[in-house]
Amino acid sequence: MAKKVKLSEMTDMFKDVEILSLEGVTIEGDIELDLSGLGGGFDPMLAAILGQENAVLAQHFARLAGIFGVPVGFGGAPAAGASAAAPAVSPALAAPKFKDLIPSKFDFSNIEEWTTQIQEVPIGNTSADGGSRGKRVVVGGEKALPFFPDAPMPNRNQVTIDVFDMRIGLAKAVKENYDEVMDSPGEWAKKNVEKFNADMITIHLISTDPLVKDTPAKEAAKTVEEVLQAVDVPIAIGGSGNPQKDPLVLAKAAEVAEGERCLLASASLNLDYAAIAEAALKYDHDVLSWTQLDMNAQKELNRKLMKQCNVPRDRIIMDPTTAALGYGLDYAYTNMERIRLAALMGDEELTFPMSSGTTNAWGARESWMVSSPLKEDSDWGPREYRGPIWEIVTGLSLAIAGNDLFMMMHPTSVAVLKHITQTLFGTIEAEPIDLANWIGSGV
Amino acid sequence: MKINSPLEAYKYLPQTNCGECGEPTCMAFASKLIDRSGKTTDCPPLIKEKKFAKKLAELDKLLAPEIREVAIGVGDRVAKIGGDDVLYRHKLTFFNKTKMFFDVTDTMEEAALVERVKKITDYKKFYVGRNLLLDGVAIRAASNDPAKFAAAVKKVIESTELPVILCSFNPAVLKAGLEVAKDKNPLLYAANKDNWKEVGELALEYKVPVVVSAFNDLDALKSLAKTFAEAGIKDIVLDPGTYPTGKGLKDTFTNFLKIRRAGIMGDTEIAYPIMAMPLTAWMSGISDPISASYWETVLASVFTIRYGDIMLLHSMDPYATMPEVHLAETIYTDPRSPVAVDSKMYKVGTPDENSPVLFTTNFALTYYTVESDLASNGINCWLLAVNTDGIGVEASVAGGQLTADKVKDAFEKSGFDLKKDVTHNTVITPGLAARLQGDLEDKLGTKVLVGPMDSGRLPGFMEKNWPPKQ
Repeated sequence: MAKKVKLSEMTDMFKDVEILSLEGVTIEGDIELDLSGLGGGFDPMLAAILGQENAVLAQHFARLAGIFGVPVGFGGAPAAGASAAAPAVSPALAAPKFKDLIPSKFDFSNIEEWTTQIQEVPIGNTSADGGSRGKRVVVGGEKALPFFPDAPMPNRNQVTIDVFDMRIGLAKAVKENYDEVMDSPGEWAKKNVEKFNADMITIHLISTDPLVKDTPAKEAAKTVEEVLQAVDVPIAIGGSGNPQKDPLVLAKAAEVAEGERCLLASASLNLDYAAIAEAALKYDHDVLSWTQLDMNAQKELNRKLMKQCNVPRDRIIMDPTTAALGYGLDYAYTNMERIRLAALMGDEELTFPMSSGTTNAWGARESWMVSSPLKEDSDWGPREYRGPIWEIVTGLSLAIAGNDLFMMMHPTSVAVLKHITQTLFGTIEAEPIDLANWIGSGV
Repeated sequence: MKINSPLEAYKYLPQTNCGECGEPTCMAFASKLIDRSGKTTDCPPLIKEKKFAKKLAELDKLLAPEIREVAIGVGDRVAKIGGDDVLYRHKLTFFNKTKMFFDVTDTMEEAALVERVKKITDYKKFYVGRNLLLDGVAIRAASNDPAKFAAAVKKVIESTELPVILCSFNPAVLKAGLEVAKDKNPLLYAANKDNWKEVGELALEYKVPVVVSAFNDLDALKSLAKTFAEAGIKDIVLDPGTYPTGKGLKDTFTNFLKIRRAGIMGDTEIAYPIMAMPLTAWMSGISDPISASYWETVLASVFTIRYGDIMLLHSMDPYATMPEVHLAETIYTDPRSPVAVDSKMYKVGTPDENSPVLFTTNFALTYYTVESDLASNGINCWLLAVNTDGIGVEASVAGGQLTADKVKDAFEKSGFDLKKDVTHNTVITPGLAARLQGDLEDKLGTKVLVGPMDSGRLPGFMEKNWPPKQ
């Protein structure tokens, strides 16, 4: 379905975003701008505009204004004369070598070794499940690699957007979106859901780190309550990464969130995973099983959670670690793909949905640095556009490797990742496009 | 590859253990053939002696990759595509990184055309000791005019050594382009159900690789490929169409999977490299160029991972090209290559007793990033790679693989004496390992400066902090 947006609606849209200034740009009339092809959740205007600096914005918007008078149709306007001229084939070219096309039928067979279904894991309890979430998110359930024709994927990818329990340093392009809510985890969570279409929220209790603020577990738990009250989507709860303190913090958080079926992040081999598993079972939560790019360690931890700690299969999600594009994504990608393939072929210690800390993409210098530190490089271009696409490509790669749940930060990244994964999942419609004239099209 | 054990390849070798290939035994050489790190041409007796000719021919046939390898262009920048043997990179590795061709049209002004070609040719992005580059130019006959097209092709090949693709469905136009570029081994785009006889004839006459094109119709695509193969055309590339949005995109993704799976599983009639066209993102009605660039990059990413061997792209914006070249490198990096560099003291430039001493992890990516940041900015220094089991700084501090004890141990093992080999008795720690500072000062008995969070900021850091204040 072609989606036509009227200028008046666009202005409203921008007003909501609260970061736009339309100064210096005059727009008259009610001209329709064609946004077709990218319906559904992805709004290219919004996406392009989020996270930009005002100067760039004004310029960008002026450029857009310039095209308002020109209706943008499918296929673009063909270059003059391009399609008009009929192919002039000289008879001399016709060859005796070829007579008729040899008919051939394309055959394709499914992978027989994929015998095992990935565990489905629900996150969030609605009132029907004894919780207060407005909806439940289900990840996993695949019987084939993601988006493969062998078997349809039962559940789409989900995105959880980060919230931190204190003001922290973020890449500029990210921070611009959150600056005014960074002192209030509740408001932050609300913004993620209402403005940025988050499926879930992750609250990171980083202030509990003894080297940061050493916030006591009891106090940190209040932040979790605040977030649970502010939004009704399912939530994930993260610690600070301190292996001594995290089990205490997560246990307390689990207690105040009893019955909500949160995802506790994370149990790992270098901390007291049993304490986290115990809290999950006692207060009705899921466990994120986190290892560092090591499939065997992942098996070991999953085994311990299941056998030692009696965590049921439908409460385990794995985080096999995400490395950013250009900084080890090759390992992260292949680690996930191997884990998923082993699971589909019956390795019961790996048949769990996966989660990615896609936010790690912002650690790549390409995503935040003003320009290349190396004089020899071609121009890196404006960083406000580099960062979001770095997060998108990192996440998208892992989506294709088998990752189910994405922990992300930049609103544009979230919108685009959702759009492409849902397109491959099969739920996004677009008007068919005729490719026949791509050579002469006005691209 | 039809065989998978060294023993099977060994049968076809001279079995003399002469050592001329550089391996101690023929069996060792056979295992190199199987993991594709060696070629039959590396065995001089097999190549030179007539009595082995038949065995060589048989062996080459057995070792040929499942997906045909096709070369486009000539000289140093020849673009090889295809040549794969597996569906998942960890099963062996993928060969011949996805090649990125950027478009120009024959309707562009000459100056703009030359400038764009130069930009494509000159692009580089440094990565782990080398540069990531773009691979070629796709020339679109938007005019559909043979003379205009020939003129544009001439201008392009005068301006670059990069391989070119001649794009038109009009055989007369293609022929005009071929006349100009016939010594450059261009890729011909494309033969379809309407023009296949004429285009096939051109491919035979000029001995150039050719694309067969059938949008979202795998039977027709296979039929075209089979017809061409039977006529003696070997170098075929498949274009199943790249639909940029909605169900069309899902179908395209499925087509790529099906073609590659069938090819790897032994259907030789369709075992050719696949062309993806992310530039169709620009036909999807996205009105703003940044969003269109983003969507094109998204399509490029999808088909870099799932079996696109060559790509036609439009956006030259750095935020599009940079992730594209990085992802191709990511997916095609040999997973068998080591993750870590040797844990030891490295010299960057020509350090002396007054030069700074830094340490980082032995994770290859981390090490090379730090090393290139220092070297590129002319900073002479000592750089210690601490053994963290090949894990980066932030993760190894969190995971306990990078501790003050590990750093101390690495200094001892390297034989570097902070008290004697330098005069300043100072060590610079990575900013991401700042929390080790106190412990390090105690364990090493030196002053410890906390460096920047990213090694790209080391030049500025050094200006401010080096030499250290006493």
